[in-house]
Amino acid sequence: MNTGNLLPAVAAVAVLALLLGAALGWIASILRSNPGALVERIDALLPQTQCGRCLYPGCRPYAQAIAAGEADIDRCPPGGETTVRALATLLDRPPRPLNPRYGVTLPPRVAVIDEARCIGCTRCLPACPVDAIVGASRSMHTVIAPQCTGCELCLPPCPVDCIAMVPISAPAVAAVGNARFASETA
Amino acid sequence: MEFPAASPPYVVAGFSVQRVMLQVLLALLPVAAVQLWLCGPGTLRLLAIASITALACEALALRLRRQAPQPFLRDGSVLVTAALLALALPPSLPWWLAVFGTAVAVLLGKHAYGGLGQNPFNPAMVGYAVLLVSFPLEMTRWSAPGAGWDALTGATALDALRTGLRESYTIEEIRRGAEFGTIGAADAEWVNLAALAGGLYLLARRIVRWQIPVAMLLGIALPAALAHGLDPGAHAGAMFHLASGATMLGAFFIATDPVSAATSDRGRLIYGAGIGLLTWIIRSYGSYPDGVAFAVLLMNLVVPLIDRVTVPRIHGHPKS
Amino acid sequence: MRGGLRLDGHKSRPLEQPVIVAAPPRTAVVALDQGSGEDARPLVTPGATVRVGTRVAAGRGGSADLHSPVSGVLREITVLPTPQGTGRCLVIDADGRDELDPGIAPFDWQALEGAALIERLDAGGIAGLGGAAFPAAAKLATGREAGVDRLLLNGAECEPWICCDDALMRERAGDVVLGARVMLAACGAARATIAVEDDKPQAIAALEAAVAVCGDDRVEVLALPAVFPLGAEGPLIAAVTGREVPHDGLPPQVGVVCQNVGTAAAVARLVRDGMPCIARVVTVTGSGVRRPANIEARIGTPITELVAACDGYTDAPSPRHLIAGGSLTGRALATDAAGLTKGLNCVLVATADDLPPRGPEMPCIRCGDCATACPAGLLPQQLHRAARSDDADGLARFGLADCIECGCCDYVCPSAIPLTARFRAARARHRQHEEQRRRATEARARYDRHQQRIGAEAERERQAFEDARRRARDGAERSEPRSDASSGPDRD
Repeated sequence: MNTGNLLPAVAAVAVLALLLGAALGWIASILRSNPGALVERIDALLPQTQCGRCLYPGCRPYAQAIAAGEADIDRCPPGGETTVRALATLLDRPPRPLNPRYGVTLPPRVAVIDEARCIGCTRCLPACPVDAIVGASRSMHTVIAPQCTGCELCLPPCPVDCIAMVPISAPAVAAVGNARFASETA
Repeated sequence: MEFPAASPPYVVAGFSVQRVMLQVLLALLPVAAVQLWLCGPGTLRLLAIASITALACEALALRLRRQAPQPFLRDGSVLVTAALLALALPPSLPWWLAVFGTAVAVLLGKHAYGGLGQNPFNPAMVGYAVLLVSFPLEMTRWSAPGAGWDALTGATALDALRTGLRESYTIEEIRRGAEFGTIGAADAEWVNLAALAGGLYLLARRIVRWQIPVAMLLGIALPAALAHGLDPGAHAGAMFHLASGATMLGAFFIATDPVSAATSDRGRLIYGAGIGLLTWIIRSYGSYPDGVAFAVLLMNLVVPLIDRVTVPRIHGHPKS
Repeated sequence: MRGGLRLDGHKSRPLEQPVIVAAPPRTAVVALDQGSGEDARPLVTPGATVRVGTRVAAGRGGSADLHSPVSGVLREITVLPTPQGTGRCLVIDADGRDELDPGIAPFDWQALEGAALIERLDAGGIAGLGGAAFPAAAKLATGREAGVDRLLLNGAECEPWICCDDALMRERAGDVVLGARVMLAACGAARATIAVEDDKPQAIAALEAAVAVCGDDRVEVLALPAVFPLGAEGPLIAAVTGREVPHDGLPPQVGVVCQNVGTAAAVARLVRDGMPCIARVVTVTGSGVRRPANIEARIGTPITELVAACDGYTDAPSPRHLIAGGSLTGRALATDAAGLTKGLNCVLVATADDLPPRGPEMPCIRCGDCATACPAGLLPQQLHRAARSDDADGLARFGLADCIECGCCDYVCPSAIPLTARFRAARARHRQHEEQRRRATEARARYDRHQQRIGAEAERERQAFEDARRRARDGAERSEPRSDASSGPDRD
């Protein structure tokens, strides 16, 4: 082996690598994508439950936190593993399991108000982040099932504990959701 | 009365991977027979070694990947790989090189990527290329045509062509050498004929479709004819190229490996043509006498790109 | 048509004898879910007396009206097995007298103009007897509005085992041609083409004779190669007229209305006898029945009675499958208690002889035979890869939405991959994803409005507070006049 040629060759390759690496890093910093657009793309992957289980007040604040690097991508139980993986793909990070500290993924559920127990106190109305509860003071309250995201924020304010979470395919939900809008004679 | 559930469609044609592979092996018989007759029992020895090694490596790989050996061991795909490799190797190759080459083909060329259906490169060609690059001397020791089975020489016709052109002999002068037969290389033209026969059988049985063989043969023949027409002294003609080396074997058996080839019909035309063209270029301007193996591997690299640009138009969609 | 398969028809045995006219069933089980559109709305209540042809349910949202196939009493409306699975059915006990509803009367179709004719067809409950059961009147009305120039009658019957249309065309060619002429008048097209595959020479001859007899030169018979699935609407229209229906559109957009020959025969019966659509010819076949035959049976006839009309089940060993439809696109039923519907064209009792078992599933070897066979021009190989990795973009790019689930790719695959089942599952998952995404988008919009409202309310409250404070401050200033003395604590 001719060591005389070895040293210049190694040096040349090393210098080339350093130069090219520096150039790539500089180009990457110039071509950094618009941070606002990134928040939009992250928010598009979140399930919009607005439940706050990620400890942010809604999905968009969580998206902003992810984009800013303040929060990790494994905090969304309603989105589940699918969302974590989608976020990992978008941000080019290794996928990770859902962090159980923020909750577990349940099958989709909606809130149903037990109309026999509701006292019409209106405390649950402002609690709903998507305004899916209709009602007025001393009148019956009801949850619009197709609009309910299952965030469970209406449960704590209710003084008589008349709201229950039921799976989305339950006959009760189907009856509430569909019966009012179909007409049957027989 | 109750009936069991099922999912449509309820009938299938009953084709199987095993049947396809068996037909390919059948079609390779003429090639094996001709090579046996011309070069002696070395081919038979290589076929046996390669087949046994291939099955053993497949079983080992399946065990390592924790998969059930059946039905994979019985599907015959690894036997086709072994057969193609054995038929491409010089019959006098030492047995341990044959084992090494087959092991590389099966383990590195197929199972490292995930087994049946997952290899981006043609496994037989991977094995061949590794052997050729690592052991160039042994891999170019072919028997001299007409001199009996034991006389060995380093030159094939393509080899002689390359060396001769480099030494500024003309094609006519080179063609008078012992390595040359009627249209192509002395022995190889018979092998190519046998491969053509086997290939036509596969075409007739619809095991392979015409796009890849026709495109590859045209890809070799057209540039060769053009170059020969422009400069007859420095380039061999189309018929020579078609009848030398591994042309026919490559066109009907090697390039048509479905797993590593392009997907759509148009894509296959491009793929085949690319292999033909690259083969001719490597033969004419490259350092290796026969370019089929490297041409196939190079086009395997390009297959994902070809697939991306040759998606056929869906019924009801505009031509975009 | 690209691709497609030439298959063994298995159609000879039922055609060895003429169509059997079955007796009306003792109990008719009429499903409200006809396989198209929403469930029909019942118009009668249990206990009501009905006669043959009495309107018993109103179609809605893509389903046709239902008429009673027997005379008798409506026993109950309950959930029972149907060819769709299970669904609400009208159970009518027949009194055996088979009395006609007094409203049934033939009418002179030539005296009516298009829209009125369409109304009569609508009232007759004519639905697509080729299998889809979509209301024919709605199709013809759409065609009329779009100004179509061609009426295409589908007599291709490309799928193995099914031969009811063949029998119908052989024996009732006159009805088919009459129906064609009525539908021409209804939709306003200039020409009608009856497309038949060339493996039905007797049917073609019978139709040509009937066309010659009626003397209407707008109706023609066209023979097509016997390739599956040339009878599917898209490939058929392309093969006959050379026009491709856009993937997101309907045939009237290319000037064509397509109807089945069985539907035409039903139209003929309506105008000639006044009888609404209460019967159809159905093929009962397979190695599992003793005497395969084509049977003209009333809607609601339980499949058990249809099989009984074919001398019952054979003693073939299990497993036997009961398939509603053909061997490539049919639906395997769990029980033979279901009642005949307008869209049920074949009852295939298939044994292991008819359905050779599939081999074990192997990995895809990328042979490309599936793409060669696909009539829609898809790449099932790539679709399969995208479906396995749940890649929504890939599925959209390779055209999952354009898959007609014909089963050709499945048929030819040497690795025995259940492609059709995978694509159907992928479609279901895709629908679920789309639904989730739609809900998420709506929730986001509502959340944004909620935030705005809260913000606006907070803004109003703050503004009101500011106004109140300003008023209080002004009031205080006015009530405490300032002294002009310069005393003040902050005097330095």
